[in-house]
Amino acid sequence: MPDQQQSHPQQSDARQPSALRLSPLHQVHVDAGASFTDFAGWQMPVRYSSDLAEHHAVRSSAALFDLSHMAEILVTGPGAAAALDYALAGKISAIGIGQAKYSLLLSPEGGIIDDLVVYRTHENRYGVVANASNRFEAAGALAARAADFDVTVFDESDGLALIAVQGPSSLAIMEKLGHLETVKPVRDLAYYWSTMGTYRGNEILVGRTGYTGEDGFELYIRAEFATELWRDLMAAGEEFGIVPAGLASRDTLRLEAGMPLYGHELGLDTFPSQAGLGRVVNLKKEGDFVGREAIEAGAPEDARKLVGLVSEGKRAGRAGYAVFSADDREVGVITSGALSPTLGYPIAMAYVDPAEIEAETPLFIDVRGTRVAASVTPLPFYKRPTQNESDPAKGTSK
Amino acid sequence: MTDLASLRYTAEHEWIAVDGDVATIGITAYAAEKLGDVVFVELPTVGDAVEEGKVVGEIESTKSVGELFAPMNGTVTAVNDAVVSSPELVNSDPFGEGWMIKVAFTALPTTLDADEYDALVGE
Repeated sequence: MPDQQQSHPQQSDARQPSALRLSPLHQVHVDAGASFTDFAGWQMPVRYSSDLAEHHAVRSSAALFDLSHMAEILVTGPGAAAALDYALAGKISAIGIGQAKYSLLLSPEGGIIDDLVVYRTHENRYGVVANASNRFEAAGALAARAADFDVTVFDESDGLALIAVQGPSSLAIMEKLGHLETVKPVRDLAYYWSTMGTYRGNEILVGRTGYTGEDGFELYIRAEFATELWRDLMAAGEEFGIVPAGLASRDTLRLEAGMPLYGHELGLDTFPSQAGLGRVVNLKKEGDFVGREAIEAGAPEDARKLVGLVSEGKRAGRAGYAVFSADDREVGVITSGALSPTLGYPIAMAYVDPAEIEAETPLFIDVRGTRVAASVTPLPFYKRPTQNESDPAKGTSK
Repeated sequence: MTDLASLRYTAEHEWIAVDGDVATIGITAYAAEKLGDVVFVELPTVGDAVEEGKVVGEIESTKSVGELFAPMNGTVTAVNDAVVSSPELVNSDPFGEGWMIKVAFTALPTTLDADEYDALVGE
Protein backbone atom coordinates (compact mmCIF):
# COMPACT_ATOMS: atom_id res chain seq x y z
CA MET A 1 0.00 0.00 0.00
CA PRO A 2 -0.49 2.69 -1.31
CA ASP A 3 0.67 3.05 -4.82
CA GLN A 4 -1.27 6.19 -5.52
CA GLN A 5 -2.14 6.65 -9.11
CA GLN A 6 -3.42 10.19 -9.08
CA SER A 7 -1.91 13.51 -8.23
CA HIS A 8 -1.63 13.18 -4.52
CA PRO A 9 0.50 14.07 -1.57
CA GLN A 10 3.77 12.26 -1.84
CA GLN A 11 6.27 11.96 0.92
CA SER A 12 8.63 14.27 -0.89
CA ASP A 13 6.23 17.18 -0.31
CA ALA A 14 7.18 17.40 3.31
CA ARG A 15 10.85 17.30 2.52
CA GLN A 16 10.85 20.26 0.15
CA PRO A 17 8.43 22.76 1.60
CA SER A 18 10.58 25.64 0.46
CA ALA A 19 9.92 24.73 -3.16
CA LEU A 20 6.21 25.27 -2.71
CA ARG A 21 4.35 28.51 -2.38
CA LEU A 22 2.23 29.03 0.70
CA SER A 23 -1.19 30.62 0.87
CA PRO A 24 -1.57 33.76 3.00
CA LEU A 25 -3.91 31.52 5.04
CA HIS A 26 -1.32 28.78 5.51
CA GLN A 27 -0.99 29.16 9.27
CA VAL A 28 -4.77 29.09 9.68
CA HIS A 29 -4.81 25.75 7.88
CA VAL A 30 -1.94 24.34 9.94
CA ASP A 31 -3.75 25.37 13.10
CA ALA A 32 -6.92 23.68 11.82
CA GLY A 33 -5.02 20.42 11.32
CA ALA A 34 -5.14 20.40 7.53
CA SER A 35 -3.36 17.85 5.36
CA PHE A 36 -1.63 19.51 2.47
CA THR A 37 -1.03 18.66 -1.14
CA ASP A 38 1.22 20.06 -3.82
CA PHE A 39 -1.08 21.74 -6.29
CA ALA A 40 0.30 23.76 -9.20
CA GLY A 41 3.37 24.68 -7.18
CA TRP A 42 1.39 25.61 -4.09
CA GLN A 43 1.04 23.80 -0.83
CA MET A 44 -2.73 23.86 -0.31
CA PRO A 45 -5.10 22.03 2.04
CA VAL A 46 -6.27 18.76 0.52
CA ARG A 47 -8.56 18.02 3.48
CA TYR A 48 -8.91 19.00 7.12
CA SER A 49 -10.36 15.82 8.56
CA SER A 50 -12.64 13.96 6.18
CA ASP A 51 -13.00 14.84 2.51
CA LEU A 52 -16.40 13.12 2.45
CA ALA A 53 -17.65 15.17 5.38
CA GLU A 54 -16.38 18.34 3.70
CA HIS A 55 -18.14 17.36 0.49
CA HIS A 56 -21.43 16.69 2.29
CA ALA A 57 -21.13 19.98 4.19
CA VAL A 58 -21.16 21.88 0.89
CA ARG A 59 -24.22 19.98 -0.34
CA SER A 60 -26.15 20.34 2.93
CA SER A 61 -24.93 23.53 4.60
CA ALA A 62 -21.69 25.35 3.85
CA ALA A 63 -17.94 25.11 3.67
CA LEU A 64 -15.06 27.51 3.27
CA PHE A 65 -12.35 27.02 0.66
CA ASP A 66 -9.02 28.78 0.39
CA LEU A 67 -8.41 29.32 -3.32
CA SER A 68 -5.61 31.82 -2.99
CA HIS A 69 -3.54 29.84 -5.46
CA MET A 70 -5.82 31.01 -8.28
CA ALA A 71 -4.40 33.71 -10.54
CA GLU A 72 -5.97 37.14 -10.84
CA ILE A 73 -5.03 39.33 -13.77
CA LEU A 74 -6.34 42.87 -13.98
CA VAL A 75 -7.13 44.40 -17.36
CA THR A 76 -7.81 48.12 -17.09
CA GLY A 77 -8.16 51.08 -19.40
CA PRO A 78 -10.43 52.49 -22.11
CA GLY A 79 -9.59 49.61 -24.44
CA ALA A 80 -10.15 46.84 -21.89
CA ALA A 81 -13.42 45.51 -23.32
CA ALA A 82 -12.10 45.49 -26.88
CA ALA A 83 -8.85 43.86 -25.79
CA LEU A 84 -10.71 41.07 -23.99
CA ASP A 85 -13.07 40.57 -26.94
CA TYR A 86 -9.94 39.95 -29.02
CA ALA A 87 -8.09 37.90 -26.42
CA LEU A 88 -10.91 35.63 -25.24
CA ALA A 89 -13.58 33.45 -26.84
CA GLY A 90 -16.60 35.28 -25.41
CA LYS A 91 -18.04 38.71 -26.03
CA ILE A 92 -16.71 40.33 -22.89
CA SER A 93 -17.81 43.81 -23.98
CA ALA A 94 -21.41 42.65 -23.67
CA ILE A 95 -21.35 42.02 -19.94
CA GLY A 96 -22.52 44.70 -17.57
CA ILE A 97 -20.67 46.25 -14.68
CA GLY A 98 -20.87 43.73 -11.86
CA GLN A 99 -21.41 40.80 -14.16
CA ALA A 100 -19.11 37.81 -14.43
CA LYS A 101 -18.60 35.50 -17.37
CA TYR A 102 -17.02 32.11 -17.86
CA SER A 103 -14.70 32.22 -20.85
CA LEU A 104 -11.82 30.56 -22.64
CA LEU A 105 -8.37 31.67 -23.66
CA LEU A 106 -7.87 29.96 -27.00
CA SER A 107 -4.71 29.24 -28.90
CA PRO A 108 -4.57 30.32 -32.56
CA GLU A 109 -5.16 26.63 -33.37
CA GLY A 110 -8.43 26.63 -31.41
CA GLY A 111 -7.09 24.73 -28.41
CA ILE A 112 -7.68 25.83 -24.83
CA ILE A 113 -4.82 27.63 -23.08
CA ASP A 114 -6.97 28.17 -20.02
CA ASP A 115 -10.54 28.46 -18.88
CA LEU A 116 -11.27 31.47 -16.74
CA VAL A 117 -13.84 33.75 -15.18
CA VAL A 118 -13.96 37.44 -16.08
CA TYR A 119 -15.48 39.87 -13.60
CA ARG A 120 -16.36 43.31 -14.90
CA THR A 121 -15.90 45.33 -11.74
CA HIS A 122 -15.96 48.86 -13.19
CA GLU A 123 -16.61 50.56 -16.53
CA ASN A 124 -13.05 49.96 -17.74
CA ARG A 125 -11.72 47.44 -15.28
CA TYR A 126 -11.94 43.66 -15.54
CA GLY A 127 -10.57 40.99 -13.25
CA VAL A 128 -9.62 37.79 -15.04
CA VAL A 129 -9.32 34.73 -12.81
CA ALA A 130 -7.15 31.97 -14.24
CA ASN A 131 -6.05 28.56 -13.04
CA ALA A 132 -2.94 28.55 -10.85
CA SER A 133 -1.27 26.05 -13.15
CA ASN A 134 -1.78 28.39 -16.11
CA ARG A 135 -1.00 31.66 -14.41
CA PHE A 136 1.96 32.65 -16.54
CA GLU A 137 0.49 31.32 -19.78
CA ALA A 138 -2.70 33.27 -19.18
CA ALA A 139 -1.05 36.49 -18.01
CA GLY A 140 1.45 36.31 -20.85
CA ALA A 141 -1.15 35.70 -23.51
CA LEU A 142 -3.39 38.47 -22.21
CA ALA A 143 -0.50 40.94 -22.16
CA ALA A 144 0.60 40.00 -25.67
CA ARG A 145 -2.93 40.13 -27.09
CA ALA A 146 -3.62 43.48 -25.41
CA ALA A 147 -0.49 45.10 -26.78
CA ASP A 148 -2.32 47.01 -29.53
CA PHE A 149 -5.10 48.24 -27.23
CA ASP A 150 -5.23 51.12 -24.78
CA VAL A 151 -5.03 48.94 -21.68
CA THR A 152 -2.82 47.88 -18.84
CA VAL A 153 -2.52 44.19 -17.96
CA PHE A 154 -1.34 43.52 -14.44
CA ASP A 155 -0.88 40.17 -12.75
CA GLU A 156 -2.23 40.80 -9.27
CA SER A 157 -2.06 37.17 -8.11
CA ASP A 158 0.67 37.61 -5.53
CA GLY A 159 -1.23 40.26 -3.64
CA LEU A 160 -4.67 38.69 -3.55
CA ALA A 161 -6.35 36.01 -1.52
CA LEU A 162 -9.49 34.19 -2.63
CA ILE A 163 -11.92 32.62 -0.18
CA ALA A 164 -15.01 30.76 -1.35
CA VAL A 165 -18.11 30.19 0.78
CA GLN A 166 -20.09 27.42 -0.85
CA GLY A 167 -23.30 25.66 0.07
CA PRO A 168 -27.01 26.38 0.63
CA SER A 169 -26.27 28.34 3.82
CA SER A 170 -23.83 30.65 2.06
CA LEU A 171 -26.19 33.59 1.75
CA ALA A 172 -27.21 33.43 5.41
CA ILE A 173 -23.55 33.34 6.40
CA MET A 174 -22.65 36.28 4.17
CA GLU A 175 -25.51 38.28 5.65
CA LYS A 176 -24.36 37.45 9.15
CA LEU A 177 -20.77 38.42 8.41
CA GLY A 178 -20.07 41.76 10.02
CA HIS A 179 -17.83 44.56 8.82
CA LEU A 180 -18.93 43.98 5.23
CA GLU A 181 -20.37 46.81 3.18
CA THR A 182 -21.20 46.20 -0.44
CA VAL A 183 -22.45 48.46 -3.21
CA LYS A 184 -25.19 45.95 -3.93
CA PRO A 185 -26.67 43.79 -1.15
CA VAL A 186 -25.27 40.29 -1.48
CA ARG A 187 -28.76 38.77 -1.50
CA ASP A 188 -29.56 40.76 -4.65
CA LEU A 189 -26.67 39.23 -6.54
CA ALA A 190 -27.85 36.78 -9.16
CA TYR A 191 -25.67 33.83 -10.09
CA TYR A 192 -22.59 35.10 -11.90
CA TRP A 193 -22.96 38.67 -10.67
CA SER A 194 -20.66 40.47 -8.28
CA THR A 195 -20.29 43.63 -6.28
CA MET A 196 -17.46 45.72 -4.98
CA GLY A 197 -17.41 46.58 -1.31
CA THR A 198 -15.34 46.96 1.79
CA TYR A 199 -14.57 44.52 4.53
CA ARG A 200 -13.22 46.20 7.67
CA GLY A 201 -12.58 49.18 5.43
CA ASN A 202 -10.53 47.26 2.86
CA GLU A 203 -11.60 46.74 -0.73
CA ILE A 204 -13.31 43.44 -1.45
CA LEU A 205 -14.93 41.87 -4.50
CA VAL A 206 -17.83 39.55 -3.74
CA GLY A 207 -18.98 37.33 -6.58
CA ARG A 208 -21.89 34.91 -6.55
CA THR A 209 -19.77 32.32 -8.26
CA GLY A 210 -18.23 28.99 -7.46
CA TYR A 211 -17.09 25.60 -8.60
CA THR A 212 -19.19 23.23 -6.54
CA GLY A 213 -22.65 23.19 -8.11
CA GLU A 214 -24.13 24.90 -5.05
CA ASP A 215 -25.06 28.45 -4.25
CA GLY A 216 -22.10 30.36 -2.96
CA PHE A 217 -19.83 33.35 -3.00
CA GLU A 218 -16.22 34.00 -3.87
CA LEU A 219 -14.42 36.77 -2.03
CA TYR A 220 -11.32 38.48 -3.36
CA ILE A 221 -9.34 40.55 -0.91
CA ARG A 222 -5.77 41.66 -0.38
CA ALA A 223 -3.71 38.85 1.13
CA GLU A 224 -2.95 40.65 4.38
CA PHE A 225 -6.65 40.75 5.32
CA ALA A 226 -7.40 37.15 4.43
CA THR A 227 -6.84 35.60 7.86
CA GLU A 228 -9.25 37.94 9.58
CA LEU A 229 -11.89 37.41 6.89
CA TRP A 230 -11.51 33.62 7.13
CA ARG A 231 -11.93 33.69 10.90
CA ASP A 232 -14.93 36.00 10.69
CA LEU A 233 -16.55 33.73 8.11
CA MET A 234 -15.95 30.64 10.25
CA ALA A 235 -17.52 32.47 13.21
CA ALA A 236 -20.49 33.67 11.15
CA GLY A 237 -21.00 30.16 9.82
CA GLU A 238 -20.68 28.35 13.10
CA GLU A 239 -24.41 28.10 13.74
CA PHE A 240 -24.84 26.63 10.25
CA GLY A 241 -22.16 24.01 10.79
CA ILE A 242 -19.65 25.53 8.39
CA VAL A 243 -16.41 23.58 7.99
CA PRO A 244 -13.18 24.37 6.17
CA ALA A 245 -12.86 22.22 3.06
CA GLY A 246 -9.88 21.16 1.00
CA LEU A 247 -9.10 20.49 -2.63
CA ALA A 248 -10.14 16.82 -2.44
CA SER A 249 -13.77 17.72 -1.82
CA ARG A 250 -13.57 20.60 -4.28
CA ASP A 251 -12.68 18.08 -6.96
CA THR A 252 -15.52 15.65 -6.20
CA LEU A 253 -17.97 18.55 -5.94
CA ARG A 254 -17.05 20.00 -9.33
CA LEU A 255 -17.09 16.53 -10.89
CA GLU A 256 -20.66 15.90 -9.68
CA ALA A 257 -21.59 19.30 -11.07
CA GLY A 258 -20.12 18.33 -14.45
CA MET A 259 -17.63 21.19 -14.42
CA PRO A 260 -14.43 20.70 -16.40
CA LEU A 261 -11.01 20.93 -14.80
CA TYR A 262 -8.09 22.19 -16.83
CA GLY A 263 -5.55 19.45 -17.41
CA HIS A 264 -8.28 16.81 -17.19
CA GLU A 265 -11.18 17.77 -19.43
CA LEU A 266 -9.51 20.80 -21.02
CA GLY A 267 -6.15 21.29 -22.68
CA LEU A 268 -4.30 22.73 -25.63
CA ASP A 269 -5.38 19.76 -27.72
CA THR A 270 -9.06 20.23 -26.87
CA PHE A 271 -11.49 22.16 -29.05
CA PRO A 272 -14.19 23.87 -26.96
CA SER A 273 -16.92 22.00 -28.85
CA GLN A 274 -15.41 18.68 -27.81
CA ALA A 275 -15.75 19.68 -24.17
CA GLY A 276 -19.34 20.84 -24.64
CA LEU A 277 -18.19 24.46 -24.47
CA GLY A 278 -19.08 25.46 -28.02
CA ARG A 279 -21.54 28.04 -26.71
CA VAL A 280 -18.72 29.76 -24.78
CA VAL A 281 -17.15 30.73 -28.11
CA ASN A 282 -19.00 33.66 -29.64
CA LEU A 283 -18.55 33.49 -33.40
CA LYS A 284 -21.14 36.24 -33.89
CA LYS A 285 -19.12 38.96 -32.18
CA GLU A 286 -17.64 41.55 -34.51
CA GLY A 287 -13.94 41.59 -35.18
CA ASP A 288 -11.29 38.98 -35.02
CA PHE A 289 -10.34 37.08 -31.91
CA VAL A 290 -7.57 34.64 -31.29
CA GLY A 291 -8.70 31.19 -32.34
CA ARG A 292 -11.63 32.33 -34.50
CA GLU A 293 -10.34 30.94 -37.76
CA ALA A 294 -9.60 27.53 -36.27
CA ILE A 295 -12.96 27.37 -34.49
CA GLU A 296 -14.79 28.34 -37.67
CA ALA A 297 -13.00 25.53 -39.49
CA GLY A 298 -14.26 23.29 -36.71
CA ALA A 299 -12.98 20.24 -34.93
CA PRO A 300 -12.40 17.12 -37.04
CA GLU A 301 -15.61 15.13 -37.52
CA ASP A 302 -14.21 12.15 -35.67
CA ALA A 303 -13.03 14.25 -32.71
CA ARG A 304 -14.00 12.68 -29.39
CA LYS A 305 -16.63 14.34 -27.25
CA LEU A 306 -16.88 14.74 -23.52
CA VAL A 307 -19.61 12.67 -21.92
CA GLY A 308 -20.71 11.64 -18.47
CA LEU A 309 -20.53 7.99 -17.49
CA VAL A 310 -22.29 6.31 -14.61
CA SER A 311 -21.72 2.79 -13.43
CA GLU A 312 -22.88 0.42 -10.73
CA GLY A 313 -21.01 -0.88 -7.72
CA LYS A 314 -18.30 1.07 -5.97
CA ARG A 315 -15.31 0.91 -8.30
CA ALA A 316 -14.82 4.21 -10.08
CA GLY A 317 -13.07 4.73 -13.37
CA ARG A 318 -10.13 7.08 -12.93
CA ALA A 319 -8.33 9.54 -15.18
CA GLY A 320 -6.53 7.68 -17.93
CA TYR A 321 -8.60 4.50 -17.83
CA ALA A 322 -9.68 3.21 -21.24
CA VAL A 323 -13.31 3.05 -22.29
CA PHE A 324 -14.59 0.24 -24.53
CA SER A 325 -17.68 -0.13 -26.68
CA ALA A 326 -20.21 -2.94 -26.30
CA ASP A 327 -18.38 -4.74 -29.15
CA ASP A 328 -15.06 -4.34 -27.34
CA ARG A 329 -13.41 -1.56 -29.33
CA GLU A 330 -11.43 1.04 -27.41
CA VAL A 331 -13.54 4.14 -27.94
CA GLY A 332 -12.46 6.58 -25.28
CA VAL A 333 -10.59 7.54 -22.17
CA ILE A 334 -11.66 8.80 -18.76
CA THR A 335 -10.54 12.28 -17.71
CA SER A 336 -11.96 12.39 -14.16
CA GLY A 337 -13.80 9.89 -12.06
CA ALA A 338 -14.82 9.08 -8.51
CA LEU A 339 -17.37 7.28 -6.43
CA SER A 340 -19.84 10.14 -6.13
CA PRO A 341 -20.24 11.05 -2.46
CA THR A 342 -23.67 12.56 -3.07
CA LEU A 343 -25.09 9.97 -5.46
CA GLY A 344 -23.41 6.86 -4.06
CA TYR A 345 -22.42 5.38 -7.41
CA PRO A 346 -19.35 5.85 -9.59
CA ILE A 347 -19.34 8.78 -12.00
CA ALA A 348 -16.79 9.82 -14.57
CA MET A 349 -16.22 12.19 -17.43
CA ALA A 350 -14.65 10.73 -20.54
CA TYR A 351 -13.78 11.63 -24.09
CA VAL A 352 -15.40 9.08 -26.40
CA ASP A 353 -15.83 8.61 -30.13
CA PRO A 354 -18.80 10.56 -31.54
CA ALA A 355 -20.67 7.34 -32.36
CA GLU A 356 -20.85 6.52 -28.63
CA ILE A 357 -22.12 9.76 -27.12
CA GLU A 358 -25.88 9.15 -27.11
CA ALA A 359 -27.41 8.97 -23.63
CA GLU A 360 -27.68 5.43 -22.30
CA THR A 361 -25.10 4.06 -24.73
CA PRO A 362 -23.67 1.03 -22.92
CA LEU A 363 -19.90 1.22 -22.54
CA PHE A 364 -17.26 -0.51 -20.45
CA ILE A 365 -14.53 0.98 -18.33
CA ASP A 366 -11.30 -0.93 -17.93
CA VAL A 367 -10.81 -0.62 -14.16
CA ARG A 368 -7.34 -2.06 -13.68
CA GLY A 369 -8.02 -5.10 -15.78
CA THR A 370 -11.71 -5.58 -14.98
CA ARG A 371 -14.42 -4.42 -17.39
CA VAL A 372 -17.00 -2.42 -15.49
CA ALA A 373 -20.30 -1.71 -17.27
CA ALA A 374 -21.11 1.97 -17.64
CA SER A 375 -23.74 4.08 -19.33
CA VAL A 376 -23.53 7.47 -21.04
CA THR A 377 -25.49 10.08 -19.12
CA PRO A 378 -26.10 13.81 -19.65
CA LEU A 379 -24.01 16.24 -17.60
CA PRO A 380 -24.18 17.41 -14.90
CA PHE A 381 -24.53 14.35 -12.68
CA TYR A 382 -25.84 16.49 -9.87
CA LYS A 383 -27.96 19.61 -10.00
CA ARG A 384 -28.87 21.50 -6.90
CA PRO A 385 -32.60 21.37 -6.15
CA THR A 386 -33.31 25.07 -6.65
CA GLN A 387 -31.04 25.68 -9.61
CA ASN A 388 -32.75 27.56 -12.41
CA GLU A 389 -33.04 25.60 -15.64
CA SER A 390 -32.30 28.70 -17.67
CA ASP A 391 -29.14 29.50 -15.75
CA PRO A 392 -26.78 30.80 -18.42
CA ALA A 393 -23.69 29.38 -16.79
CA LYS A 394 -25.02 26.08 -15.56
CA GLY A 395 -22.73 23.16 -15.66
CA THR A 396 -19.60 24.88 -16.77
CA SER A 397 -19.07 27.82 -14.51
CA LYS A 398 -16.19 27.79 -12.17
CA MET B 1 -5.64 0.01 21.74
CA THR B 2 -2.99 -1.60 19.65
CA ASP B 3 0.56 -1.19 20.87
CA LEU B 4 2.14 0.26 17.75
CA ALA B 5 5.62 -0.61 18.99
CA SER B 6 4.69 -4.30 18.93
CA LEU B 7 3.89 -4.24 15.22
CA ARG B 8 6.14 -4.81 12.26
CA TYR B 9 5.92 -2.52 9.24
CA THR B 10 6.69 -2.56 5.54
CA ALA B 11 7.88 0.12 3.17
CA GLU B 12 4.48 -0.31 1.45
CA HIS B 13 2.89 1.27 4.55
CA GLU B 14 1.40 -1.93 5.89
CA TRP B 15 1.53 -3.21 9.44
CA ILE B 16 1.92 -6.82 10.49
CA ALA B 17 0.89 -8.26 13.86
CA VAL B 18 2.42 -11.69 14.34
CA ASP B 19 0.68 -14.31 16.50
CA GLY B 20 2.45 -17.65 16.20
CA ASP B 21 2.42 -18.54 12.53
CA VAL B 22 -0.43 -16.21 11.59
CA ALA B 23 0.06 -12.57 10.63
CA THR B 24 -2.69 -9.97 10.75
CA ILE B 25 -2.14 -7.32 8.09
CA GLY B 26 -3.50 -3.81 7.66
CA ILE B 27 -2.42 -0.41 6.38
CA THR B 28 -0.89 2.23 8.61
CA ALA B 29 -2.56 5.39 9.82
CA TYR B 30 -0.09 7.30 7.66
CA ALA B 31 -1.28 5.45 4.57
CA ALA B 32 -4.94 5.87 5.48
CA GLU B 33 -4.45 9.56 6.04
CA LYS B 34 -2.71 9.99 2.70
CA LEU B 35 -5.49 8.17 0.89
CA GLY B 36 -8.26 10.21 2.45
CA ASP B 37 -11.68 8.77 3.12
CA VAL B 38 -11.65 5.12 2.05
CA VAL B 39 -14.82 4.19 0.17
CA PHE B 40 -14.08 0.74 -1.24
CA VAL B 41 -12.01 -2.23 -0.12
CA GLU B 42 -11.49 -5.42 -2.07
CA LEU B 43 -9.84 -8.35 -0.32
CA PRO B 44 -8.75 -11.84 -1.37
CA THR B 45 -10.68 -15.01 -0.47
CA VAL B 46 -9.94 -17.27 2.50
CA GLY B 47 -7.76 -20.10 1.29
CA ASP B 48 -6.00 -18.05 -1.39
CA ALA B 49 -2.27 -18.59 -1.62
CA VAL B 50 -0.46 -15.27 -1.57
CA GLU B 51 3.03 -14.38 -2.67
CA GLU B 52 5.31 -11.80 -1.10
CA GLY B 53 5.13 -8.47 -2.91
CA LYS B 54 2.08 -9.38 -5.01
CA VAL B 55 -1.11 -7.35 -5.01
CA VAL B 56 -3.89 -9.08 -3.08
CA GLY B 57 -6.41 -6.29 -2.64
CA GLU B 58 -7.42 -2.74 -3.40
CA ILE B 59 -8.17 0.20 -1.16
CA GLU B 60 -9.89 3.12 -2.86
CA SER B 61 -10.59 6.56 -1.52
CA THR B 62 -12.68 9.14 -3.32
CA LYS B 63 -9.62 10.29 -5.21
CA SER B 64 -6.97 7.59 -5.05
CA VAL B 65 -6.45 3.90 -5.51
CA GLY B 66 -4.13 2.03 -3.18
CA GLU B 67 -3.10 -1.58 -3.43
CA LEU B 68 -2.79 -4.13 -0.67
CA PHE B 69 0.38 -6.17 -1.04
CA ALA B 70 1.05 -9.53 0.55
CA PRO B 71 4.06 -8.91 2.79
CA MET B 72 4.98 -12.62 2.84
CA ASN B 73 4.24 -15.96 1.22
CA GLY B 74 1.41 -17.86 2.81
CA THR B 75 -2.28 -18.71 2.82
CA VAL B 76 -5.15 -16.39 3.66
CA THR B 77 -6.90 -17.68 6.78
CA ALA B 78 -9.29 -14.79 7.37
CA VAL B 79 -10.46 -11.57 5.75
CA ASN B 80 -12.11 -8.67 7.52
CA ASP B 81 -15.65 -8.56 6.13
CA ALA B 82 -16.39 -5.57 8.35
CA VAL B 83 -13.88 -3.41 6.50
CA VAL B 84 -15.45 -4.42 3.16
CA SER B 85 -18.92 -3.40 4.30
CA SER B 86 -17.66 -0.36 6.24
CA PRO B 87 -14.55 0.93 4.48
CA GLU B 88 -14.46 3.96 6.79
CA LEU B 89 -12.96 1.66 9.45
CA VAL B 90 -9.66 2.02 7.57
CA ASN B 91 -9.64 5.70 8.51
CA SER B 92 -11.21 5.50 11.95
CA ASP B 93 -9.18 2.57 13.29
CA PRO B 94 -6.45 1.50 10.85
CA PHE B 95 -4.51 -0.52 13.44
CA GLY B 96 -7.59 -2.16 14.95
CA GLU B 97 -11.00 -2.71 13.37
CA GLY B 98 -9.58 -1.64 10.04
CA TRP B 99 -7.40 -4.76 9.69
CA MET B 100 -7.48 -6.41 6.26
CA ILE B 101 -6.40 -10.04 6.19
CA LYS B 102 -4.76 -12.83 8.22
CA VAL B 103 -2.10 -14.94 6.55
CA ALA B 104 -0.63 -18.26 7.75
CA PHE B 105 3.07 -18.21 6.92
CA THR B 106 6.18 -20.27 7.36
CA ALA B 107 8.76 -17.51 7.18
CA LEU B 108 8.62 -13.77 7.79
CA PRO B 109 10.26 -11.31 5.43
CA THR B 110 12.55 -8.54 6.61
CA THR B 111 10.37 -5.83 8.12
CA LEU B 112 10.73 -2.45 9.81
CA ASP B 113 10.17 -1.80 13.48
CA ALA B 114 8.10 1.15 14.65
CA ASP B 115 11.08 3.50 14.90
CA GLU B 116 12.31 2.57 11.46
CA TYR B 117 8.85 3.04 10.00
CA ASP B 118 8.42 6.41 11.66
CA ALA B 119 11.75 7.44 10.19
CA LEU B 120 10.58 6.29 6.76
CA VAL B 121 7.50 8.49 6.82
CA GLY B 122 9.32 11.35 8.48
CA GLU B 123 7.26 11.41 11.63
